[in-house]
Amino acid sequence: MNAEIQAYRDGLHCSVQNIDDIFEECVCEAKMVMSLDGIKIWLKGANRICGLGRGTDLVLIFLEGMPEVVKLTDESIIVDVVDIAETLSSQLLGPAIKPFLSTLPSVARRLGNTQLLREWLKLVSQMADEAKEGLIALLNKVIYLLNQLSIGGLKNWIEYGIRVYRNQPHRFDDFFSLQTADAHAMLQRERHGTLYIDYERQLKLYLRAFWEVTIDFRPYSLAFDTLRKPTPHLDKLGIHLPDVYDDLDGIKGIDRYRAMIAHTVAHKLWSKPYLADNFSTFQHLTVETFEDARIEALAISRYPGLRKLWLSLHPLPKEGGCPEGYSCIRHKLAMLSRALLEPAHPYTDPVLLDFVKRFHKRIVDEPYNTNISTELGVAYLAKINEHDFRKPKVWFEDTQVSYRDDNRYLWLFLEDTDDEDDFHSDHGATNHAADDQQEDILPPQHYPEWDYQTQNYRPDWATVYEGIQSPGDPNHIDKLLEKHQLLAKRLKKIVDLLKPQQRKRVRYQEEGDELDLDVVIRAMTDFYAGTIPDTHIHQSYVRDGRNIAVLLLLDLSESINETPEGSDISILQLSQEAVSLLAWAVEALGDSFAIAGFASNTRHEVRYTHFKGFQEPWGELPKSRLAAMQAGYSTRMGAALRHAGRYLEPRREEKKLMLVLSDGEPSDIDVLDDARYLRDDTHEAVDELESKGITTYCITLDPNADEYVADVFGANHYTVIDKLERLPEKLPQLFMALTR
Amino acid sequence: MSTQEQYLITEEPFYKEVSNEVVLYKAAYQRRLPVMLKGPTGCGKTRFVEYMAWKLQKPLITVACNEDMTASDLVGRFLLDKDGTRWQDGPLTVATRLGAICYLDEVVEARQDTTVVIHPLTDHRRVLPLDKKGELVQAHPDFQLVISYNPGYQSLMKDIKQSTKQRFTALDFNYPDEATETNIVAKESELDIEQSAKLVQIAHRARNLKGHGLDEGISTRLLVYAGQLIQAGIEPIEAGKMALVRPLTDDPDIRATLNNAVEMIFG
Repeated sequence: MNAEIQAYRDGLHCSVQNIDDIFEECVCEAKMVMSLDGIKIWLKGANRICGLGRGTDLVLIFLEGMPEVVKLTDESIIVDVVDIAETLSSQLLGPAIKPFLSTLPSVARRLGNTQLLREWLKLVSQMADEAKEGLIALLNKVIYLLNQLSIGGLKNWIEYGIRVYRNQPHRFDDFFSLQTADAHAMLQRERHGTLYIDYERQLKLYLRAFWEVTIDFRPYSLAFDTLRKPTPHLDKLGIHLPDVYDDLDGIKGIDRYRAMIAHTVAHKLWSKPYLADNFSTFQHLTVETFEDARIEALAISRYPGLRKLWLSLHPLPKEGGCPEGYSCIRHKLAMLSRALLEPAHPYTDPVLLDFVKRFHKRIVDEPYNTNISTELGVAYLAKINEHDFRKPKVWFEDTQVSYRDDNRYLWLFLEDTDDEDDFHSDHGATNHAADDQQEDILPPQHYPEWDYQTQNYRPDWATVYEGIQSPGDPNHIDKLLEKHQLLAKRLKKIVDLLKPQQRKRVRYQEEGDELDLDVVIRAMTDFYAGTIPDTHIHQSYVRDGRNIAVLLLLDLSESINETPEGSDISILQLSQEAVSLLAWAVEALGDSFAIAGFASNTRHEVRYTHFKGFQEPWGELPKSRLAAMQAGYSTRMGAALRHAGRYLEPRREEKKLMLVLSDGEPSDIDVLDDARYLRDDTHEAVDELESKGITTYCITLDPNADEYVADVFGANHYTVIDKLERLPEKLPQLFMALTR
Repeated sequence: MSTQEQYLITEEPFYKEVSNEVVLYKAAYQRRLPVMLKGPTGCGKTRFVEYMAWKLQKPLITVACNEDMTASDLVGRFLLDKDGTRWQDGPLTVATRLGAICYLDEVVEARQDTTVVIHPLTDHRRVLPLDKKGELVQAHPDFQLVISYNPGYQSLMKDIKQSTKQRFTALDFNYPDEATETNIVAKESELDIEQSAKLVQIAHRARNLKGHGLDEGISTRLLVYAGQLIQAGIEPIEAGKMALVRPLTDDPDIRATLNNAVEMIFG
């Protein structure tokens, strides 16, 4: 150790044994990237880290790692890093310091400048303040996360986790170690690149329009398998494709998807599996190259634009670019592949040129002959085979064609393999599609929920289970209707007035179907009398029909079991009465009508119960279901509205109306402390429905509803019913007033 | 020009027979059977009627039906002039008196109660009662009724009554096969065969999407428009987008797919 280094070593008051082993090297590295002052700060920082007393290896990690971090950023970062380490230590987060320091160089490498790295440090201290339980998990995952997210995306993701699990700190660890479903869902949303899920419909349309085939898409994630990255492939289940594509060489992600699908479907259309056992491993490769080129040529003859797209994604290996000592088979075949695809390729190798010529000649003659590939492939290998192909080191550079599948579809193996990891083509395997799940069970539906704090949706947040109310005694409802006989009579009069009169006369028209004789005579009289006659002498008929679909959504939360003061019947029974009268009136009017109810028990269980479907007439069965109506749990309204919207949206009626009968504001036991959350979510759901052409109208029995109901449903879209006993009378009247 | 002459078609309209529809139509005309032409938008129904009218040398009166059309728009109505009221024949009455082929285009668009007025003309009676005027018009021996009807897009609300349907013989029309359609596009737009074939290719992509967000595929008529644009010096890709994609849909996914089809095919 020379004197200079010894001087530095003396400045380090830390008696960790192993320091001496690495110190000299570290100082040398540091001298290359830091000023003298910087080195002092660095050593001072090491002293402070040492002083924390959180383990000996921290100092080593710090000393080794910081020069690289500084190289990528600048010296000022050192103090900030040490500050964070001290903060962590003071907040009893000692175990987090090690992963923090050891991941720092990699983080710096991904972020690449001081400012962004400071953002990361801020995030660490924010985590330490607000979600310390998840910090270590986050630090363990940060490299993986930064591979997919920008620092901004990471920030959003972290903040989402902190906010959502604030009340369940024990779950921070699950979220930040990516063990919860929503952690993945949020991650997907913040990711860069073209997400499959965003373009699913477009890709399916592409498949249908361009290729006239129906193949399932099976997206896979690149996130999990690190050793062997899955590649696109085709098998019995369908096309397996990555769930995200980043732009590549100026080609947009969506076009990469199209290029990939075009290639794979071309195999499906024009390739026939070969017997794999008849060919050697190298022959497999050459045959695949020719077969890829053959089906691409067929596809290009249909869509000439594909050539340009594929060429822009195909590597252009340099002739002779494969160095000595490597196996060059992939390199040679990539050149061949390029030459087969690009008429103006730059290669000069006579064997290659000869085979390109032979290939083009043969596909002109018999483009659909799959033997072209095997014959040319076997012959080509015989020409180019060399001993070096067997070398263990394979030259991979510029040989991977990202849009092509792994060609497992091309090969038929006589024996099925036992080893699961060793994939074979599944041509001989049993058909997986057959054992699909049973069909008549309604799967739970997931809906997003609006989070007003982020002004964004929480993906797949609420789970709706739907079912049909089991029937009760229909006489109960008939009795209720009898009780309101007088009211029913009055309603009937209104109904008769409202009933669509198929044709309505419109008089006093300048132009119309026919002359209105009364007016004509008057006009003629005027005319002969010398005054100016009225020219509005026609009348015509217009159709006056009602074309409306109504869905009545009942709030079935616990509170409607109550009996209001000064009344002897519960809100539940009042609702039953009101709903039966309304159903009767709507039936008489002839409008499409459905009844459903909802209640919730946290976001994991929103129950949606059908009482009457649009197709059913108002008869025994819906009545008996209504009679069996039960209430319980809470009011998670947004999810119920979204689900009901799913039924109302496809209706063909001109006007779609969703009537919500509720006795209180949206609430649920898992968000009791934030009344605004579900309110805003419901408002968002109402807006969504509005954009789908569905009008939402709330009839609330909550006397205090004025405070919030206008915010949720809009200024003119609610009624507060103060006198509960009048609900049976009010509800049908209200409906008719609404739809008049 | 006499009334009859103005409805005559003087120049031969371009029509390419797809199967044996000309023979079938002629036979129907000989017996004066009413004919219903079924087929998607822009596949050549109207052109076919024009062609047949020209071939038979009969006047043709076309009425484009719409929702607001009433029976009086077809039959006629009283109008006022300085002497009082005056009866004005509607197009159907004119055709009945004149012995023309009366073509009701897109008849589903008209309301069902309107279409009922054609019933007496379509059976053995061959009369048109003008109830308001108190006249019973006997159809001219040459009179024939033809309606067209697009079964593809009608909503649940719009369908022809059974009682109307069963008064007609029917011819099915569809987009012609690839080679024929290519020839039609080439002939109509004066584009070369190769480019026309590409246009037809694009149309086939769109027709695959029928029922998956598209009510109807790209019609032959639009292909001819696109061909004419290309002929006018517009870049094929631009012309394709202008004439084939944009008019068809506002669905962004379908647009993206079809735009891609145009690019890939002309690429």
